Amino acid sequence: MASIGPNELFFLAQGLKWTLALTLIGFVGGGIFGLIVALARTAESAALRRVTTGYIAVFQGTPLLMQLFVVYYGVALIGLNIDAWLAVAIAFTLHASAFLGEIWRGGIQAVPKGQTEAAKALGLHYVSTMKDVVLPQAFKISLPATIGFLVQLIKGTSLAAIVGFVELSRAGQIVSNQTFRPLTVFAIVGLAYFLICWPLSLWGARTERRLQTATR
Amino acid sequence: MSYTLDFSAVIERLPELLLAALATIGLALAGMSLATVIGVLGVVARRSRFKLLRGLVIGFVEVIRNTPFLVQIFFIFFALPQLGVRLNPTVTAIIALALNGGAYAIEIIRGGVDAIPKGQIEAGLALGLHRGQIFRHVILKPALRTVYPSLTSQFVMLTLTTSVCTSIAAYELTSVAQKIEADTFRSFEVYFSITLLYLVISSLMMGVFALISRISFNYPVK
Repeated sequence: MASIGPNELFFLAQGLKWTLALTLIGFVGGGIFGLIVALARTAESAALRRVTTGYIAVFQGTPLLMQLFVVYYGVALIGLNIDAWLAVAIAFTLHASAFLGEIWRGGIQAVPKGQTEAAKALGLHYVSTMKDVVLPQAFKISLPATIGFLVQLIKGTSLAAIVGFVELSRAGQIVSNQTFRPLTVFAIVGLAYFLICWPLSLWGARTERRLQTATR
Repeated sequence: MSYTLDFSAVIERLPELLLAALATIGLALAGMSLATVIGVLGVVARRSRFKLLRGLVIGFVEVIRNTPFLVQIFFIFFALPQLGVRLNPTVTAIIALALNGGAYAIEIIRGGVDAIPKGQIEAGLALGLHRGQIFRHVILKPALRTVYPSLTSQFVMLTLTTSVCTSIAAYELTSVAQKIEADTFRSFEVYFSITLLYLVISSLMMGVFALISRISFNYPVK
């Protein structure tokens, strides 16, 4: 049995780097598109609302793994010759945009209607109403759920391993196959995820408690 | 480059896929039932007088909720044999789904139990009910009713998570799709079709959950 030395740990650290990169891309990209989704989902136009409702329903009603597969093979199909990691990043961005869009939709709708009406009475136009009045409050309300989704996304990036992308989980699988020490390797991999996700979860729970006492 | 979509491979092997879809539903149902049991027992243990037991439950919930399902299933399938526990893929999948769903169920059900007003429990005591009766009728039943929407949406997510069980080659929809893909090289067509199948499965499940809710929770609250 080979032992787990600095080389193996370095390989896992490389995988961890990709896990964090994928999460970051998914969260930032998903955040930008998610905002558009949330705004369209709460727009006055019924057609926009219906389209985004369908978009969210599809992403929430299918496995993330399938979304990865379909996007991965889909981009090749439409003739785009792009790197595997870019295809995976696109899939995570789309996935995150649907979930964040739904979370922020809830936040926007939880802002009292009087706020929008007051903004209108003050003569603010749509952009200003959203940017200065509604969205800051909506983000505050949806912060716990947003953090919760971030944790979900970090864990979700592990599925890129099944598509063959070498992030933390896949790196763990490779090291495990080389060293025949699955117990140690997967314990290390699990611990790495835990150390990233747990503080975020605690932070999410704390913001939720604070929000509850603030609104009570 | 021009590529023509060809779904004939999918259509030809549709019976195989539908059978695998049933296996997916089976895995999901087994996972959900065990998760509910773990959820209720976990909540009971979390309210226990023993600090150690409470700590264990909290630790279990935090570890499961903050690590990916893929790593959990790998751990059970690849690491446990090192400790002498060897399980077949289907059993591994069910255990992993039950533990994962169970951890979330504990958190969700606990939220409902905590929301039961103290006066209701005292009313139960005043009526002469004993502890078991109070837990069952005064605490658990109303709590389950309160958390039913979040619990069932968690279960729909658990159903979608079953696709990850393909990583240990458990028999379910995704692993069968991967086999068909390897045979036919029609990757996009195969995955696109089973994505639709998953959409049908999750919609069906949501429909059934809504129906159950209407039948079993139709008594008035106040």
